[in-house]
Amino acid sequence: MNDQITNSSLLTILSILIPVFPLVGFLINGLLGKRVPEPISGWIGSIAVLASFVCAATIFFTLPATESLSFNLFNWIAYANLNISFGFLIDPLTITMLLVITGIGFLIHLYSISYMHGDEGFTRFFTYLNLFIFFMLLLVMGNNYLVMFIGWEGVGLCSYLLIGFWFKEHENNNAAKKAFIMNRVGDLGFLLGMFALLMLFGTLDYAAVAQAVQGYPVNHGLIVGITLLLFIGAMGKSAQIPLYTWLPDAMAGPTPVSALIHAATMVTAGIYMIARSNVLFAMAPATLDVILIVGVATCVMAAIIGLMQNDIKKVLAYSTVSQLGLMFVALGLGAFSSGMFHVVTHAFFKALLFLGSGSVIHALHGEQDIRKMGGLGKYIKITFITFIIGSLAISGIPPFAGFFSKDEILAKTFEHSPAIWIIVSLSSALTAFYMFRLVYITFSGNYRGTEETRSKIHESPALITIPLIILAILSIIGGFMGLPAITGLTHAFSTYLSSVTGASAGILPEAHHLSHATEYVLIGVAVLAAIVSILIARYMYVTKGQLPANSDAELNGVQKLVSNKFYVDEVYNAVFVKPVVKLSALIYEYVDKLLVDNVVNGVAKVTDLSGRTLRLVQTGSTTFYLLAMVCGIVILFVIRLLI
Amino acid sequence: MENALVSVPHNWYLLLSSLLFCIGVMGVLFRRNVIVILMCIELMLNSVNLLLVSFSAYAQNADGQVFVFFVMVVAAAEVAVGLALIVSIYRNVASTDIDSMKKLKW
Amino acid sequence: MLTLLLLLFPLVASLVVLASGNKLSAKLALLFAVVELGLTGYGLSVFLQSGPESFTVFQEWITDPKISLNLGLDGLSMLMVLLTNFLLPIIILTGFNRVIDNAKAYFSLILMMQFALLGVFMANDGLLYYIFWELALIPIYFIALNWGGPNRVPVTLKFFIYTLAGSLFMLFGFIALYHLNPGKSFNITELYNMVILKDNQAWLFWMFFVAFAIKIPIIPFHTWQADTYKESPTQGTMLLSGIMLKMGTYSLLRWLLPVFPEGVAMWTPLIMGLCIAGIVYASIIAIMQKDLKRLLAYSSLAHVGLISAGIFTLNISGLEGSVVQMLSHGVVVVGLFFAADIIYHRTNTLEIDKLGGIRTAAPQFNTLFLIVVLASVGLPLTNSFIGEFLLLLGVFQYNYIAAGIAGLTIILGAVYMFRMFQRVMLGKTNQLTVNFADLHWNEKVVLWILVIVIIAAGVYPQPILAIAEPALRIILDNAVLN
Repeated sequence: MNDQITNSSLLTILSILIPVFPLVGFLINGLLGKRVPEPISGWIGSIAVLASFVCAATIFFTLPATESLSFNLFNWIAYANLNISFGFLIDPLTITMLLVITGIGFLIHLYSISYMHGDEGFTRFFTYLNLFIFFMLLLVMGNNYLVMFIGWEGVGLCSYLLIGFWFKEHENNNAAKKAFIMNRVGDLGFLLGMFALLMLFGTLDYAAVAQAVQGYPVNHGLIVGITLLLFIGAMGKSAQIPLYTWLPDAMAGPTPVSALIHAATMVTAGIYMIARSNVLFAMAPATLDVILIVGVATCVMAAIIGLMQNDIKKVLAYSTVSQLGLMFVALGLGAFSSGMFHVVTHAFFKALLFLGSGSVIHALHGEQDIRKMGGLGKYIKITFITFIIGSLAISGIPPFAGFFSKDEILAKTFEHSPAIWIIVSLSSALTAFYMFRLVYITFSGNYRGTEETRSKIHESPALITIPLIILAILSIIGGFMGLPAITGLTHAFSTYLSSVTGASAGILPEAHHLSHATEYVLIGVAVLAAIVSILIARYMYVTKGQLPANSDAELNGVQKLVSNKFYVDEVYNAVFVKPVVKLSALIYEYVDKLLVDNVVNGVAKVTDLSGRTLRLVQTGSTTFYLLAMVCGIVILFVIRLLI
Repeated sequence: MENALVSVPHNWYLLLSSLLFCIGVMGVLFRRNVIVILMCIELMLNSVNLLLVSFSAYAQNADGQVFVFFVMVVAAAEVAVGLALIVSIYRNVASTDIDSMKKLKW
Repeated sequence: MLTLLLLLFPLVASLVVLASGNKLSAKLALLFAVVELGLTGYGLSVFLQSGPESFTVFQEWITDPKISLNLGLDGLSMLMVLLTNFLLPIIILTGFNRVIDNAKAYFSLILMMQFALLGVFMANDGLLYYIFWELALIPIYFIALNWGGPNRVPVTLKFFIYTLAGSLFMLFGFIALYHLNPGKSFNITELYNMVILKDNQAWLFWMFFVAFAIKIPIIPFHTWQADTYKESPTQGTMLLSGIMLKMGTYSLLRWLLPVFPEGVAMWTPLIMGLCIAGIVYASIIAIMQKDLKRLLAYSSLAHVGLISAGIFTLNISGLEGSVVQMLSHGVVVVGLFFAADIIYHRTNTLEIDKLGGIRTAAPQFNTLFLIVVLASVGLPLTNSFIGEFLLLLGVFQYNYIAAGIAGLTIILGAVYMFRMFQRVMLGKTNQLTVNFADLHWNEKVVLWILVIVIIAAGVYPQPILAIAEPALRIILDNAVLN
């Protein structure tokens, strides 16, 4: 008994320390600024995250999977019968996210020390990065929605700061602004969802909400409304249709940022949020259907756009959108732990791919257009091999990590509806195709740049390659956390999460499990499709040596449409941005100045005019005044007499 | 003394003071010399004084007579200020014609 | 006694500063303002220990009509007094290192303004309150008229006449109330307990509301605002936007809701519509403003629209939110206008399109300005977030569609603030901004204090909520019909 108490208070201290370290790192780097010499600030930032990782790992090994730790630090907003506290919840879901954030975060910090070397904003970069980690930790550690919302908006801020890191170019600033504003659209949904939760249940506490919601009938209108609002928030943060266009633009930031924020951690916040509220969402199957549809649509659409992109980071960005869509498919099916599993494996291989692309960009001194690359495999071997591993993992080739998580989701879709399975598998095959298109165009063939740049190509230093290697190893073995049922072995990941997702499992209708034979067939088909896609890519870009077109003119109609991302940005611009800007000028000129202000000034003018007219009575002649006075008195008398 | 006041019917006082007042008003309206206008104003004041005194006697109440003293004091002050103004106006425009002072207009 | 000391100290200080020399006046004014802040801190500690009762001052003044020197501090007043006395030294400090003609008169007027504002927040007698309300107009009028921008004369005249005209309605309303009151007095508790016929409430409501709506301002009574903010000297703008418009929102809470519950119930849907339309209207207009100060004026308009909407929700969330947001808005808007002043001081322009690249030249200014901007858009862990969250929660409880529309402010707010920030601070430096000097010591002190307060109140807002709650309860009990 005594042991337990000391144990839990130790864990409490440890878990408080987790966000404190990055905060301290942020404060040191932020307040001292340029006074900290370059590598030191990088190391301060990295060690802060490493310390958090150590704490998180300690908790992971100490806290049994069946238990959770929830405690309040202080009352944050409390009046009348409302009490929102600033508190943390540590359970398997949180710990999973903590390990991903701090673990991958640490690797990316290390990587950045070398990658950002020589940048004039080096210290600033680590300041922001630490701040991001702090907010991301708050997001996953909060024990109620409002604490999550702090992190939610906080990471949005950091994303804004880091996308616009090179703030001298307005192109970057525009991308940053766009990301922030689009996220705010989602955040409004999240906020309204929280208000509705407060109205209905009087609390924002996860546990209390999950408890209270079960008193309502399934698909109750209010619950569906709340979950839809929360889902709007998730759409914004996790770049789902229709709020996805900010993510590709966000690639304007430095590559480590793309890896950390726009691939591994922040964009998965929406998935985390829904998994965290799994009971709530399970009570609203109608919302789950919406999530499923949005997820499928995003998954396919982004994969199609990814086929025609020529910027190495943009390809990866669309692939991220597509993979996020896949995670939402899992959530929409009620397979919360499968979605989280894909979050984790995706974090491994997508971070790897982004860091790999960063290494390529680093080697080519800032070149991002794959049409100007080619044959790089010869020059940068470690990057090349790790990149291939990442690509295999995302394509779903066994035994790499992506295979297990994808397969799990695909199996779940088949249980639900074979039609959706076909669509999702197709987009999965497209993923394999565009990833290997990228690999072949970038790494095989001959170098297409100038001779001068070719001579400067060099493998990146150890600080860059070591994170790549570690992530590559994780991408290879990470999948074994969740072995499919057919192996007869335990699915370690879903078992670990079962104390969180178990509550919703009882609410959702029991899925009919697939027979082993069907499952083998499904796996076979998926792997085959991936391999065929890769071979087609190889045939097109290696055997035939095709290259992407340099301009729109060489494309046919459909290709043009895809290459221009279905003109979604243009449509948004025409439908939302331009009208608001026009309206602003119109209202200001015509309503505010012409109407409202003129009414006010009109009153003044009428007063002024009557004054101008009436003053003519003041003739200056005293006799006239006297006469007027006497007449006035007489009139008053007469009136008095008459009344 | 008392009898003399009372023996005259009250109506006559009213008529007299009304007449005086009207003369004063007419004078103020139709004369152009500022000093005469001032005198006409005094005439109006005194017609009122007369009225007050007569009512006071009629009602056997001293209040009216007290008022008269006040009016007389104020009238004296007023004359002092008024004449001073007229003098200073005369210094400026060399005239006491009321129509020579028309500058204070819109 | 403490109440009187708090109230009268600025008046004495104002006279002393007026009698001092031009060179000394700024430092002297700052000293007095800091002492006053210290007194307020002491007052707050007394308040927390022994509650509002120990602050009541009552002295007969005029017997017929019955007007008394009736002062008091409840939680709401205490917070407003705290805001005033906190911002005053900051506002005075922003005037350091700037050339100000006839400085002693300037700072004297600022302290006079403080006296009047404190009176408004402390008065518990209707007519006394009205006197302070009008008194507050005088110093700010002269500040704007004598130290303002090139177009100051017509603009300040409009401001003065407009707000004065509104106040006259209120005076009329007070007189009517006095006659309706069987006890024949302006005492606030009597006014709270009065039974007023519904028909009378219906029109009396507007007598008061118009006065407050012009001061706040609520759309469509806002057209004096942008011009006045633009033309006033920086300190004047800060006084106007930071504290003076809180007079209006404070008065809604203190003098309107509890006195005319039926009038409020009758007109709330209309007022709510005005406030919420105003939020969107002002936000949209702000997007395309070319002048920095004018943009800030419209953003302020949007924010106070939300505060007013929160007040008229007549629920505790909306009221708590309005109080928090009044304080937050005061702090944030002073920071924003100070940033504008810093930019104007160095570049001599406030045209957004002419600026850009200041961040490169002045990184510290950039960071602090950014934090203030973030507070203005209501990012969590800043004070404004708490305010906006509670306000929107209150509006949501009133009507969820209204909350959806009012919530657009968090999107549109981000649009205009970030658009402005990008054009002013980011990008490449140009001729105007290339030699932009980073902050002086006084600018650093001001911005750092504001930023620390912004974050501290955002992380731990609980004391504010707790102090305000009992006072708001009383207001709500009187304002809500059973």
